[in-house]
Amino acid sequence: MKDYDQYEVRKYVIGGLVLLSAFIVIIKLFVIQVVDKSYQLSASNNVLRYIPQYPARGLIFDRNHKLIVSNEAAYDLMVIPSQVTAFDTTEFCNILGVTTEEVENGIRKAADYSELKASVLVKQLSARTYARFSEKMFKFPGFYVQPRTIRYYNYFVAPHMLGYVGEVTESIIKKDPYYNMGDYIGVSGIEKTYEKVLRGEKGVNIYLVDVHNRIKGAYKNGRYDTAAVVGKNLVASFDKDLQEYGEYLMHNKVGSIVAIEPATGEVLCMVSSPGYNPSLLVGRDRTKYFPALIKDTLKPLFNRAVMASYPPGSTFKVVNALIGLQERVIFPSSTYGCAPGYYAPGVYVGCHIHRTPLNLKGAIQNSCNAYFCHVFRNILDNPHYPSIYQSFESWRHYLESFGLGHRLGIDLPNELSGFLPDTSYYDRYYHKNGWSSLTLISMAIGQGELGLTPLQMANLAATIANRGYFYTPHVVKAIEGNLTIDPAFRLKHKVAVDSSNFRIVIDGMDLVVNGEPGTGSTARIARIDGIRVCGKTGTAQNPHGKDHSIFMAFAPKDNPKIAVSVYVENGGFGSTYAAPIASLIIEKYLRGKITRKWLEERMRNTDLIHGLQKK
Amino acid sequence: MDYKRSNILGRIDWLTVIMYLALVFFGFANIYSSAYRENHPQIFDFSQRYGKQFVWIIAALFLAILGVMINTRFYYFFAWPIYILSILSLIAVLMIGATIHGSRSWIPLGPFHIQPAEFAKVATALALAKYMSYYNRTLSQFKTLLNVSLMIFLPAALIMLQPDMGSTMVYSAFILVLYREGLPTSILIVGFLFALLFILTLVLDKTIVIAGLLILTVILHLFIEKKMKITLKAVIVLLLTGTFLWGVSRLLHRNFSFYNIIFFSLLAGGLAFIPFLYRYKLKRSAILYLILIGSVFFAFSVNYVFNNVLEEHQRKRINIVLGIESDPYGSGYNVNQSKIAIGSGGFTGKGFLHGTQTKFNFVPEQSTDFIFCTVGEEWGFVGTFTMIAFYVFFLLRILFLAERQRSSFNRIYGYSVFSLLAFHFLINIGMTIGLFPVIGIPLPFFSYGGSSLWAFTILLFIFLRMDAERMEIAF
Ligand SMILES: [Zn+2]
Repeated sequence: MKDYDQYEVRKYVIGGLVLLSAFIVIIKLFVIQVVDKSYQLSASNNVLRYIPQYPARGLIFDRNHKLIVSNEAAYDLMVIPSQVTAFDTTEFCNILGVTTEEVENGIRKAADYSELKASVLVKQLSARTYARFSEKMFKFPGFYVQPRTIRYYNYFVAPHMLGYVGEVTESIIKKDPYYNMGDYIGVSGIEKTYEKVLRGEKGVNIYLVDVHNRIKGAYKNGRYDTAAVVGKNLVASFDKDLQEYGEYLMHNKVGSIVAIEPATGEVLCMVSSPGYNPSLLVGRDRTKYFPALIKDTLKPLFNRAVMASYPPGSTFKVVNALIGLQERVIFPSSTYGCAPGYYAPGVYVGCHIHRTPLNLKGAIQNSCNAYFCHVFRNILDNPHYPSIYQSFESWRHYLESFGLGHRLGIDLPNELSGFLPDTSYYDRYYHKNGWSSLTLISMAIGQGELGLTPLQMANLAATIANRGYFYTPHVVKAIEGNLTIDPAFRLKHKVAVDSSNFRIVIDGMDLVVNGEPGTGSTARIARIDGIRVCGKTGTAQNPHGKDHSIFMAFAPKDNPKIAVSVYVENGGFGSTYAAPIASLIIEKYLRGKITRKWLEERMRNTDLIHGLQKK
Repeated sequence: MDYKRSNILGRIDWLTVIMYLALVFFGFANIYSSAYRENHPQIFDFSQRYGKQFVWIIAALFLAILGVMINTRFYYFFAWPIYILSILSLIAVLMIGATIHGSRSWIPLGPFHIQPAEFAKVATALALAKYMSYYNRTLSQFKTLLNVSLMIFLPAALIMLQPDMGSTMVYSAFILVLYREGLPTSILIVGFLFALLFILTLVLDKTIVIAGLLILTVILHLFIEKKMKITLKAVIVLLLTGTFLWGVSRLLHRNFSFYNIIFFSLLAGGLAFIPFLYRYKLKRSAILYLILIGSVFFAFSVNYVFNNVLEEHQRKRINIVLGIESDPYGSGYNVNQSKIAIGSGGFTGKGFLHGTQTKFNFVPEQSTDFIFCTVGEEWGFVGTFTMIAFYVFFLLRILFLAERQRSSFNRIYGYSVFSLLAFHFLINIGMTIGLFPVIGIPLPFFSYGGSSLWAFTILLFIFLRMDAERMEIAF
């Protein structure tokens, strides 16, 4: 027989424990199955079908309220794999103009994503195909057509500023629950930055679906449906005619034009060349053209105006002049000779032949390298500072106040910050205390490590035009309705140079364009009768080929209306291409017409791309 | 020999066998339903899960017969080699195992994948029975307790390395076996309480946890001292100090936090209680009270560590394990969908094959860990109630069988069978209805999957053979 077991009584505890737990489970089951009806409701959510209602995207106008981007209807053929039954593939493919493999692969891919949720099978059917398919749709269960809108371009301009719209990627879907597979989203440009404004809000129609996922009608007669909210319209700041003209001038050239209204910071035109026709990236054409644009070695999708950084070249001299004046290490009357060129122990900076010696105004007019080597060394070797570390940081601080070395904050994606070295950069490059103003001398004339985007250069021109302040450049002027643009764009940024110091520099820039013949003006070609243009040429050294031609300018001299920067890659001297193009842009904007047809023609017909590729 | 075998068959507990078959059949019906599609109507479609499960059920029946055929003596004498073999297989799986769903739990054997962790339960149960059934070993001896703990801990730790938290936690079921065999109640209760406290502090509001602790202490105190008056006095002192402190804080317009009030009233109440302790020599109550204070400290420190010491991702992981994160489309998706499926069954259910939630993949893992959803959706509360009642009856039958064993080897093994099945059953259903965090363990005899079905079948039928032989041999 069994031994006496003192713990036998514990069987009741153990049995009781199991009974008690089972009892708790049953109570909980009673609650969720019988008492609480919300689970039944939730279950019905699982068998309701939500069909999104896509709103039309907001329209985009130019600053003169010309309609640039609008929408047109398109029809996506959707498939719900679990509902597809055997169907006449030949007829199906004939109506839609697709191949059997495409259909089979498409359905397989859709099934991989979800058996139950709708996926796009054929994108953007034409209205005619849609009509033909609608008649036969009853033969093809599991397929339906989802009306959508796609972008329509009234003018093929400003592709980089406008950007394009594309399908959302999986990573975006994961991050933002608003988007579903197959939704559209702004991928670049204004379409991206103002996505939330332009897209509106999707609505939803709720349908009852049976066990086999077939629509049985509107859920509660549509009481819970929500209407789509149309996207807001935008007024872009650019001038369509000016933009078009800029693109026309930059034909067959690589580079960019940025024009800003100094009083507001509004971007009047932003050309990045080569560009592309924005309408090619819409609809079914996109798959055809997009890979070609990606492959193109001239990178037409790349917005050079904000995404490329070049040394500023001689245009930078005016900045050093302003800093020198502010630091009181040079004066309008300061005079330096030119040998030609600048000689110092171990250093020689060449110059061209011009009258000498020159004062500040004359040095700007003639773009004398030697003069600005003196200016730069005066700034860095200023005895006011204990060492070059302090004077360099002070110089750098001035440049930062001009918006250099960091993103300006334009309302376009992927803006580059440019490059402004700091002392630690040189400590790394040389070694601590191993560098001097002579080491950095190339920055006196805007070469070396410095990098500016064309946008920063245009903003520099606007800042000089304003005599010492700027508004952050922006490409959207207004949002329809009560929505205002970012208040940051209404904020006045004062630079660290007093406005009184700008007068003499501006006089110098005036002479660059309007100086008497024979006095050494570097950009007389930019002169416009009746408009006082102030400018400065520049040439960016290019280690990979011919130098880049740069010009920055604003006009008129008093109460300026436009500030512009032009970069022509491999264009050589600033006066060769950049200055005339800037001048034409200014004339076009201020006068609406061009008096110097010969100059326009010469610029338009210059081809700097194909000659280059032959080499 | 023939005589003897038929004798064995005659003495098998057929009630349990029939219940086993009923469970397996009902489980198969639900797997069939959850995987059912109109375009795959045949039951013997081996590309479908129910087709494969059918094969595994047939194989399981052979294993059942094999389990019954083998003499109990064999298990008794080979308990250690079996245990060692299974430990080796757990080590092997860590080195050569196939990784599925992020865990290295499977050994590929031809077309099958075997999960050694499932079979390790059987081996551990046998080894435990063997070790503990030695004459005059009792769990009140520290050495025995230590060895037994190690025997349970070793496979659990190896499984944790895979990592398979669910199967690891299953080993805590053996505590019930130890309890039955004389584990001091205090160890059981203290261990259980601290584990519970740890989880509860993270899941529930601190206030509720502390209130629960207080009530529990009072009940335990009553239970231990059987002195109603003293307990009542202690409670009154506590309540009074609490109210007093609350009143003072109100009068002074000071923002005493609720926790401070609880804490100080506990402290004050405890101090006021000291004379009682002395007068009545309530040593055990004093210990109980210290445990209470300790628990409150523990609860606060768990919270503190969780909120201030752990990194964000660690917190998130624990929250996911505990099912706190309320993100119906993220980590909480399974439970949410599972509750919706079960809840939508209503009182009578939607009918066999008419579930909508458990089809179309609304519920993930619906044929394995979440098979109970199909029961809930298609058979309603009537079905779930019946099934639970039936299962509990089945468990109690095993408990009954275990108790009627004459040898402690048989009894301990029987209790292991009972405990493992009960743990799986309660935790699995608990996690489908949100009572327990989702740890991913199968519902025995129900869930899709060969390894678990086979292991549970072997586990059960070894015991049925022991039961049939109980009058002949006693170890
Ligand atoms: Zn010179």
